[in-house]
Amino acid sequence: MTEIPYDPTKEIAETVLNVVDVWKSYDELEVLKGISFELARREVKVIFGPSGSGKSTLLRCINMLTPPDKGEIYLSGQNLMAPGVDLNAMRAKIGMVFQHFNLFSHLKAADNVSVGLRRVKGFTKEEARAKALDALHQVKMTDWAEHYPAQLSGGQQQRVGIARALAMKPDLILFDEPTSALDPELIGEVLQVMLDLAKAGTTMVVVTHEMGFARAVASEMIFIDQGVVIERGTAEHFFVSPESERVKNFLRQINILYGHHEELLKESNEDEKL
Amino acid sequence: MVWLSDEPNFLTIFFYILTEGLFVTLALTALGLLIGFALGLLLALMRVYGPTEIGWFASGYEKIFRGIPVLILIFIFAFGIPRLFWYLEPLERPMAGVILALGLRSAAYQSQIFRGAILSVQPGQTAAARALGMNGFQSFRHIVFPQAIRLAVPSWSNEYAVVIKDSSFAYGVGILEMTRAAFDISANFPELLSLSMGIVAIIYLIFTYPVTKLFGERQTKKLKDFGMGGG
Repeated sequence: MTEIPYDPTKEIAETVLNVVDVWKSYDELEVLKGISFELARREVKVIFGPSGSGKSTLLRCINMLTPPDKGEIYLSGQNLMAPGVDLNAMRAKIGMVFQHFNLFSHLKAADNVSVGLRRVKGFTKEEARAKALDALHQVKMTDWAEHYPAQLSGGQQQRVGIARALAMKPDLILFDEPTSALDPELIGEVLQVMLDLAKAGTTMVVVTHEMGFARAVASEMIFIDQGVVIERGTAEHFFVSPESERVKNFLRQINILYGHHEELLKESNEDEKL
Repeated sequence: MVWLSDEPNFLTIFFYILTEGLFVTLALTALGLLIGFALGLLLALMRVYGPTEIGWFASGYEKIFRGIPVLILIFIFAFGIPRLFWYLEPLERPMAGVILALGLRSAAYQSQIFRGAILSVQPGQTAAARALGMNGFQSFRHIVFPQAIRLAVPSWSNEYAVVIKDSSFAYGVGILEMTRAAFDISANFPELLSLSMGIVAIIYLIFTYPVTKLFGERQTKKLKDFGMGGG
């Protein structure tokens, strides 16, 4: 992948995703209570908050795996909530990376990546395979192309999961806690791939508690609790002067749990200075 | 007793049963399993993906065919419905009836096997397929079904053993298969009843145990290695 440094002054930010007042409840339980945000092309947005706050539901609402009860979701201007929209075609434009990877267990890594290209995008077997190997190269998994998911470590599986989303050339990629099911020593390799993607200008919505990642690449962070946006701002804002007591408490706890990735963060900041 | 010698021994009886009966036994089993597969898969799809009423129909079918002894079903389909196989030669009709009875009954069991297998494909697999943009059919065809078939193999090999054993009930409507061949020997040599029944028992064992062993235990281990199924 050729890296094009992102220069915000050179283009007028084009809105890829516009989430407007999304509500979702399961029976009595209201999970999302009017969430709104916008995402511009090449932007990385980090969503965080306590478990059960509705972050994962929000992502599943965005690609309509669980359609919201109320609200609008615009993908490049097209309202996904409008009747008659071809949701399958729309989902093909939204990549998704899952907490538990969800690789297709009967397919080798390369086929996991190519199956969508073949069946959804209609590429021939050869074309799909070439593109799949390209995507696996981007996540440094070329050597593992012929392995089944069960033969891969969690970190490797997640990198294949990212390649699977990437290969579809989506308008944006949703990451649903991509590292929280991983052993600590495997988190780094996945975060590194995500950092590379972010710096290459991939449009991303990332649900994560990895504050090092957020600080390195997020243009905005959104703190959600009990289905509502409590506070939003830059990473700088959250680390220097968070307003809400809830955010402060949460960040303190996160810091205790996830403090070990400061090195990754430092490295990536040094990269930028060079 | 075309070529059985005056004093049959273990080996001659063994080969007599095989040459006279094996082909028909295997044909009844294969065709019964095939009908059971096609109909069973359809019933499973009706129960898993169909509207509630269709699901009731499928589960009603299962209850009926699981609740009737296979010999009764064989009598019903071989003789009980006079014009069922009107287009076949009269002598072929009992054979067709047995195949249909075995198939319809196996469908009731195979439906449960496939239903269980489809439901034990992890929900995340479908979520990932749909998230890629596959429609419901594509995600079933390319993701869920290939895994469900693999998950069904151990139970399915057991169903094979059930059907090959139950094909011996074809004896009841006069079809020459292995059980009938064994019985013919004892009809001619009454003192050899125990021996010929023992031998046919061994032959059934040869055709059941290794298969269920191979496809049952080994596939179960393989599935575990692949991390498939509900765990």
